[in-house]
Order: sequence, then structure tokens, then C-alpha cells
Amino acid sequence: MTTIAVASTPLVEALLARADDALVHAHRLSEWCGHAPMLEEDLALANVALDLLGQARSLYQYAAEVEGAGHSEDDLAYRRDAPQFRNALIFELPRGDFAETIARLFLASAAMLPWWQAAMESPDARIAAISAKAEKEVTYHLRHAGEWMIRLGDGTEESHARVAAAVAKYWPYTGELFEAEHPAVAALLPDPAPLRAAFDATVARVFAEAGLDRPRDGWMQKGGRRGVHTEHLGHMLAVMQHLQRAYPGAVW
Amino acid sequence: MSVTTLDLARVRAIAGAVVDPEIPALSIADLGVLRDVRVGDGGVEVDITPTYLGCPAMNVIAWEVEAALAQAGFGDVRVRLVLSPAWTTDWMTQAGRDALRAYGIAPPAARAGRRALFGADDETQCPRCGSVETEKLSEFGSTACKALWRCTACREPFDQFKCL
Repeated sequence: MTTIAVASTPLVEALLARADDALVHAHRLSEWCGHAPMLEEDLALANVALDLLGQARSLYQYAAEVEGAGHSEDDLAYRRDAPQFRNALIFELPRGDFAETIARLFLASAAMLPWWQAAMESPDARIAAISAKAEKEVTYHLRHAGEWMIRLGDGTEESHARVAAAVAKYWPYTGELFEAEHPAVAALLPDPAPLRAAFDATVARVFAEAGLDRPRDGWMQKGGRRGVHTEHLGHMLAVMQHLQRAYPGAVW
Repeated sequence: MSVTTLDLARVRAIAGAVVDPEIPALSIADLGVLRDVRVGDGGVEVDITPTYLGCPAMNVIAWEVEAALAQAGFGDVRVRLVLSPAWTTDWMTQAGRDALRAYGIAPPAARAGRRALFGADDETQCPRCGSVETEKLSEFGSTACKALWRCTACREPFDQFKCL
């Protein structure tokens, strides 16, 4: 039995939510390594994935300390099953084509940049320190993805159609990025309501240049924050966790 | 072992001389990654800070600092990773910037001012011919801290150390 039981508290859950977001997104981006449409983009997506992996590590390390059960960052990443993951659903969907990958990176970065900026003011010094690093990194991610959104949306008929379809696919998953935190940790983490306005402004600006329409806010998919995932996460974890499941504690 | 003030200066010099394994032209002192050197209860404590959270060079840098100090006779060394304050390219020394340029990497702009999210890039000088007739190829290069550029004067591609 290689699965760990996490001694959960609201703070551990909240840290795992953001760590899992970053880890799962990093894994999906890393799937492009060696497959991107051009060399520069291969490097870019791998670099963004590495940044997110670094953010995930910092958050897992802190979550493990807060949990105080002797778990390591690796235990949290590799020895929990899908229902124990707290990532938002948007991150676990298969990577799709390049337009889908860019649309997800754009929407996620547009939501996360104001989140990290607000979290820099957290009274929790560790959260503030991690956020001050992550905020700089995500600025680059948002710029990169935003420039691609404009290039694809304002590009050929084919690129426009693909990126428009990608936006339509992911839009119903954006609501989960703004769910309220547990009341017990709300003071330590950003209030999601004002973040929504910053997200809307970034989306409006980039979509206007890209010639894309903002989908209507209808039904929003959710469940990831309480461990109710799509079938895709389990398949992804099977690949990602294989080594540590087969050889628990293996190191380089 | 008691560590004196004089020793601390030596520790700082030895630790600071460790180079970034991904950019061996640059010492961690010039890069601004070496943050502090102290004497703690257990011996020497060295603080280093990552450029990027995912920087894969940090472990190697920590090992190299320990190895360099052990070789100099400082056995009890603890290398700590600190995140705050967040590293910025403003901490790179002038010597570091010159070393980067000589190595073929355009140094970051002198002040890591907050660039507009979307908009024109700062002027970047080709490290080979010195021309500012350059264009960005990609925001991301061979490592997390570098972007890919091209000089339209001498036609050479080059890395730029990104402003952070």
C-alpha cells in the first residue's frame, strides 16, 4: 500500500489545492516536450512547466510542514490518489491541440497572476514569500500565452477557429478558479471576488486584440477542490506516479 | 570549531566563488544568489536564494557550496534556501553583467522595472557586436532565466538574461 493518508486541515487543503493546480498543469505542459510545433515553443512550454513545478514544490513543502505528519513533498505529489487531489478541473483535462494548451495557459495565468499578487500581502510569511517569487514567473507566462492568443485569434481562419473552440471548451472550467476559501483560512489567502475583476479585464483586453468573443458565463464545472475529478486525472497520475508507486522512496 | 570574523570573510569568498552550473561564467556572488553567511550553533550557515522557484541548479549550487567549504576546512556547513526577499536581476553585480556579456549572454536591463504586461521590450544590446538592432525570438530560452534573441546587424542569435 503506497497511498498516504493526509492529516488534513483547512490550511493544508488550501495549500494542496494550489500545489496540485501547479503540478497537474506542469505535467500537462511537459507532455509537449519534444512535440511542440516549433523548437522555441518546445523550450517555452517546458520552461513554463518547470516554473509551475517549482511553485508546486514550494507549496508541497509548506503543506507537509503544516501537516506535520512527516510526509515529504514527494509523498504529497506521488502517493495520493485522484480523490485526494485538490486541483481545479481545468488543469487535468488532456492537453488537446496547441490552441487548447495556449488557451488554458492564458486563462489560468490570467486568474493566477492577481491571485499571487494578492497573496504577496498574506499575513502568513511563507505564503507571501512563495507568492513574491511565483508572481514574477506567472507574469511571463501570461505575457507569453496572451501574445499567442492574439496571434492565433488574429491569424488564419484555421487558427482562429481552433483557439475559439478552445476558449469555448475551457470557459466553463474557469469558475472553479474563483471559489471562496474555507472560512478558517480566508484571512491568509486572497479573497477571490476582486480577483475576478482583474481576470475579466485581462481577458477583455486580449480577446479584443485577438478578435475573440468572450463566452457567456453559464453553468460552471466544479468538483476538483473536493476531490471529485474527471476520468482524466487518474490516467495522468498513473503515468506521473508510476515510479514512486512501483519503487516507493526511490531516489536518483 | 570556533569561527571568527576573519573566517566569515573567507567563507563568504569561498561560497561566493561557486559558479552557476548552467552559466559557469557567473559566480553566485555576482548573480546575487548568495544572500548571507553566518555562524550558527552548529557551525557555518549559508543562505542562498533561487532565481526561479523551479531552478534545477539550486541543489547543485548547495552541494558545491558545501563541498567548497569542506575542502577549505569548514566541516559543519548548513546551506539554507531562502525565498524572501524575492531574487531580482537588480542584485546582479556589474562584474557579473560584464562576465555575462563576455560569455555571449546579454545581461538583464539595469533596473528590473515592472514592464507593461503586453508591450514593447526593453532595448537589448547584442553581446557580440554591440548593436541594439535586435529582436526577441522567444520569451523562453535554454534555461528559465533566459530569453532567445537575434541581432539583425550581425545576424547572430543570442541568449538574454531575463529581467526579473
